[in-house]
Amino acid sequence: MAFDTVLAVSVLGVAAWTIVARDMFAAVVGFIAFGLLVALVWLRLAAPDVALTEAALGSGLTGGLLFGVSTRLGRAGTTMAGETSGALRLAAVLVCALIAAGLVALLPLLPEPAPTLATLAAANITTTGLQNPVTAVLMAYRAIDTLLEVVVLLLVLLGMWSLAPDHLWSGLPRRSGLSDPDGLLTFVAQLLVPVGILVGIHIFWIGSVTPGGEFQGATILAAMWILASVAGLVDAPATNRRWLRLLLVAGPAVFLAIGLAGFAIAGSFLAYPASYAKLLILTIEIPVTLSIAAMLALLVAGPPERESQR
Amino acid sequence: MSAVVLYGFCSAMLVGMGLFGLITHPQLLRKILAFNLVGSGVFLLFGVVARRGAAAGFGGDPVPQALVITGLVVAFAATALAVALLLRLFHETGRATLETDG
Repeated sequence: MAFDTVLAVSVLGVAAWTIVARDMFAAVVGFIAFGLLVALVWLRLAAPDVALTEAALGSGLTGGLLFGVSTRLGRAGTTMAGETSGALRLAAVLVCALIAAGLVALLPLLPEPAPTLATLAAANITTTGLQNPVTAVLMAYRAIDTLLEVVVLLLVLLGMWSLAPDHLWSGLPRRSGLSDPDGLLTFVAQLLVPVGILVGIHIFWIGSVTPGGEFQGATILAAMWILASVAGLVDAPATNRRWLRLLLVAGPAVFLAIGLAGFAIAGSFLAYPASYAKLLILTIEIPVTLSIAAMLALLVAGPPERESQR
Repeated sequence: MSAVVLYGFCSAMLVGMGLFGLITHPQLLRKILAFNLVGSGVFLLFGVVARRGAAAGFGGDPVPQALVITGLVVAFAATALAVALLLRLFHETGRATLETDG
């Protein structure tokens, strides 16, 4: 309990810092620390799968993305022009305090005993061939959410690409690399990326039994690509490369195909016959993991900003 | 049980703080950061609900936990899109704020 209190106070303190810090860079650093602390909260709430996702995605990738943009904005990012007046701030404090107080007041009204689907999830888990209940929800019970989510990622990537000016459509994202072949970063990247790729595959693979899974694994794979690209070891591909587009749609396409096959082999959309459910889930998960990794990496890389060489 | 109440309080405060930043900060990037705080607060509230639903040997209800994982990925994608829009605005106008009278 003492640990929980310290953790909750730290989370709120770091959150307040990201709001009040004058400097944008300091706020972004605060946000990364905030994400790591929230990952600890998820562990305390007995949700290790969420903790992994929060640490890798909420803190790591989001932090990297915001770091990149705050350096690009430079001075323009620190100006406080257009700051709200004192009276408006006071009104905002009141409204936000009221909303927070309302949420706190709702907490004791949560039904007792708490409604739960855990018993149902446990009762049917053998039919999925999985042992991690969260993966079972993501890939079997609520597979449609996961399918739609992968499609949302694809749509967001399309939306981002279409922000590029017309002549750069099918160009390359901004080069983030420093490319100093003798630099320390290049050395670290050469050392870390192969290990990181193995860790990513491992996290993905164990997801059927223990905490982990395709999102966490894909995030680590994407982070390794970003590290290699920042170190100048690899360059982002042009958005019109055929292999890239195939990689991006492979996950959603296989997911959808197996989902539709569910009508024929198990009687409904996204249903798996119990005898080879795990095989089908793995067949979906492998391309989905690769597609998600590619999408996350390209979302961090940003829209095309350079002409393609060809 | 009381840890759940504590984190419930924590998530409500996060929503409040994030909303404040969203309303008052002139900087668009700071607004994006603040919006992510609101999101974290909402996700943690989900986590509290999941923790209360611990049953059948699981530490929490896996259904809301899985929903939060989905939510985190979508929140990241939305953040990336917002950042891209912000950079385009900066590129076109040289501003990273929403001044209407400039």
